[in-house]
This record gives sequence, structure tokens and C-alpha cells, in this order.
Amino acid sequence: MAEEIRLMKGNEAIGEAAIRAGCRAYFGYPITPQNELTAYMARHMIAKGRTFIQAESEVAAINMVYGAAATGARAMTSSSSPGISLKQEGISYLCGADLPAVVVNVARSGPGLGGISPSQGDYFQSTRGGGHGDYYTIVLAPKSVQEAADLTYEAFSLSEKYRVPVLVLADGLIGQMMEGVVLPEPIDPATLPRKPYAVGHAQEMGRDYNHVSSINLVPDELEAKNRERFQRYEVIKKELCRYEEIEVEDADIVFVAYGTSARVSHGALMMARERGLKVGLFRPITLWPFPYARIAELAAQGKRFLSVEMSMGQMVEDVRLAVNGKSEVYFYGRCGGNIPSQEEVFAEVARLLGK
Amino acid sequence: MTEKTFMAGFGGQGIISLGQLWVYCAIKEGKQVTFFPFYGAEKRGGIARASVIVSDDEITSPLVTSADSVVVMNQDSVEIAEKLCKEGGVILVNSSLVKQDPARPDARIIHVPCNDIAIQLGDVRIANMVMMGALSKVTGAVKLDKLEAILKTFFPASKHNLIALNIAAVEGGKNAV
Repeated sequence: MAEEIRLMKGNEAIGEAAIRAGCRAYFGYPITPQNELTAYMARHMIAKGRTFIQAESEVAAINMVYGAAATGARAMTSSSSPGISLKQEGISYLCGADLPAVVVNVARSGPGLGGISPSQGDYFQSTRGGGHGDYYTIVLAPKSVQEAADLTYEAFSLSEKYRVPVLVLADGLIGQMMEGVVLPEPIDPATLPRKPYAVGHAQEMGRDYNHVSSINLVPDELEAKNRERFQRYEVIKKELCRYEEIEVEDADIVFVAYGTSARVSHGALMMARERGLKVGLFRPITLWPFPYARIAELAAQGKRFLSVEMSMGQMVEDVRLAVNGKSEVYFYGRCGGNIPSQEEVFAEVARLLGK
Repeated sequence: MTEKTFMAGFGGQGIISLGQLWVYCAIKEGKQVTFFPFYGAEKRGGIARASVIVSDDEITSPLVTSADSVVVMNQDSVEIAEKLCKEGGVILVNSSLVKQDPARPDARIIHVPCNDIAIQLGDVRIANMVMMGALSKVTGAVKLDKLEAILKTFFPASKHNLIALNIAAVEGGKNAV
């Protein structure tokens, strides 16, 4: 049966989507602008008889996620930029132990304590691992409340499929904004299959005890483990690259933007098209794996690119890697919690086109 | 049709409720919506603002930076209205509290004595609903014909006795413009 459209805040829609995905355990610690998400989980996880813990710190919360994930439960934590920094050690451990988990970052401005307004300054941290050691996490970047719900829901199964943590990278605007959303079908966590790697139930399942850990003091063994993980990364890169293209075909300049800045760029695109300027939008939905190949194709067609970000210029480095000198790459950014207006983004693209 | 509205007032005037109910009604009327609030940390008296968009099509930027209509609930919000109203847009002014009009000769400025109408109806706290009625009549963007049913879910049961008053306030606002 088709679900009705509900009006929800992004933070609440992420929470509800996680519950519907069969999230068994949520661990969080309050921080603006993601507090409604923790509050939503407090109310609804407990009501459903699932685990909700407001941990004593972000570090505790991510380690609780590690513990829950080791038992095979669908587990999640959420925070905002400074809190996500604190979780990096735990995320690295999750990667080292090949445990699935979902981490939501409703990003705010930085560095340091920064401000509580929306920002995309966590791109480097999100797409380059973020903690210590050789690893990546899948990074999904929603542009709307609907997509925030859909990607959070899917994050759990992707995470289990590839045995890597999935980071949902939203920002304060996506978290605080209300939009219409149709929520996905609920999954009963009791119906999810047991995980062969999980601790517990060894006798019952007639197998050896599982030991979940990221430590390995034998260099050859650890190297082999890391190489196996990187082979999985290659599979992810082949299977998971996702993006949206709007009016790219005949475009002279293509905006590259994700999340909130993609919405703003789409507005600027419409202003440009009304004035006869050939402008397109390329929106990465997966930030890792980044859709290098498609951008390279477009660059080979001679298209130029304008990376629009709420940062001093981070994703633009990936755009340059993809373009590899075959075309021009420009950057326009605002930071400190400022969101660019579609008028200023339009003005920049018009300037670049000499109009 | 897309209507981008910027709503501004001080904390406690019901700006956030006004924006939420506006998009709630719009969803029930089959429209796409975005509502992005920003307000101070204060419980009352700080700034309260909202970017609100209703549309028949996909909504691009959720930030209202060139507003088709601006709602100005107090004198302090006049300046932001002057800045954000698009060329030839509409500015609805709560004339009970705003004594100096926005300096925008190109804009259509509409005076709605929201507080006075609300007090006449019996409760100054419904001034925001008076403004919503006026906004509906002036822009035609949201009809508000499903408001009564929405208020039943918006208010807890203990407040359902206030629904009739809220509907009366919306009607009062419609009739004032």
C-alpha cells in the first residue's frame, strides 16, 4: 500500500527511516543541528522495545555501535561535525574489523567548535577515511528530506552487503528543513538473517566462536586483510557510483554540487536557462565512491565545470582529479555557515560565460 | 506555480507555526513544499524567520532570497523585508505593530492589523493565523480549505477547543484584505 506524504524535518525523517530499516540499536550524544534525530530515536526506539542509549560522549557512542554491530545488529549513531571528529577513531576500528554500521553527520560549520549553521566543510574528512589507517567508508549525500530518508534506509543494507560503515553526509539545512516525504516500508529486525561473522550463538549455530577485532600484529596477515578490503572497495566503485544529471547534454558549463548546494545550483541553472545560457548540473549522490569516470567523459566532450560548495573548496579537488587537465575547473564557495544564494551562483556562472 | 514566501517576526509571534501550517495545508492541496526556519536561542523575543516555498513543480533552492511575498510581523523585520522582496513583490505588514512601512515603492504593500483583529476575536496569540488568512487571499498559493482537519492533528486533543478560534482568525485575515 502506498504510504501517504508526511511533512517532516530532515532529522526526524532520517530517524524514522532508520527505524524502518530495522535499526536495532541507536547510540547518540546531543549536538545542534542534529538534536531532533537523537530526540526522535529516544522516543521511538524505546517505544518499539529497541535499544536507545544517550551515551556519555561521542566516543562512547561510536564504541557502543561497534559492540552492537559485532553482535550482528543493525546499529547507528549520529552527530554533527565536531562530534563526528570525535567518532573517527571508532569508525577506523569498525573498518578494521569489517563491521557494518550507519553514521549520520548533519554537518555544521567549522573548524573547531565553529558554528551551528549548515556547511559542507567535512568533505575531506568524510571521503578520505577520516580516522587513521588505510580505509574508506561509503558516503551518501542527500539533497532533500525524501532522499535523506531513502539513503538512510538503504545505508543499512549497503553497509551489510559490503561490510563497510556507511556515512550519510547531510548538513544543517537538510536536517532542519521540513519537506514532504513518503517513508519506506518497515522491516522487522527479527526477520533479518543472522550474520555469519557475528559474536554469540556459536553453540546454537554449530560453529566456532567468532572473534571480532581490528588488531593484527603480523604484518603479512594485516597486509592481506587490507588488500582484501581494497578489493571490496574496487567492487564498490564499480557497483555503487551514483549521480544525477540535469540538462548536462548541451551545457557549456556544468555545476558540480551535492546536497544543499546542489539545490541552490539547480535554482541558478534555471535562472541561467531562462536567459539562454547553457548551464547543466552534475550532482554526485555517492561522494565515495566519487563518479570520476562520468566527469572525465564530460570533460572529454569539452565541458567546463564549476564546483559549488559550502566550503573553501574540497570536492573541487576530486573534480580536478576526474577532469585531469582536459578542461577548465572553477570553484565557487561560501563557508562559515553561509549558504550561497541561487542569485550569487548564477552571477558567477554568467561571469564565467562572459555574459 | 511557485510561491516563495519569507516570514519574519519575533520569537513568540508564531512565525514557525504559521510557516508549518502553511506548508502542511499546501501538501494536502497536492503541492511540493519546503520550510526552513531559523530562530534565536531565546524562547521569546529573539528573531524568528522562515523560508517557505510551495510549488506545483520540484523545488530547487529551499532558501528564499528573492521572495514573491514577505510577511512582516514586527517593526524590526521591515529591513529584511526591504532586502528580500523581489521587484514588484508583495509585502504583507502586520500594521498593528509596524508603524513605518518598508521603503519599497515597487512592491505592493498590504496592511493587515493582525493583533487588533486577533484581540477582537478574543486572543492576541492568533495574530499569526490572521496573517495566514491574508496571505492566502492575496497570493492564492494555498487555499487553506483543509486547515480544520490539519489543526486536529497539529494540536493535541486538549487544545481542540481552540480550532474554531483559529479558523475564525484565518477568516478575519481573509476579510481584511
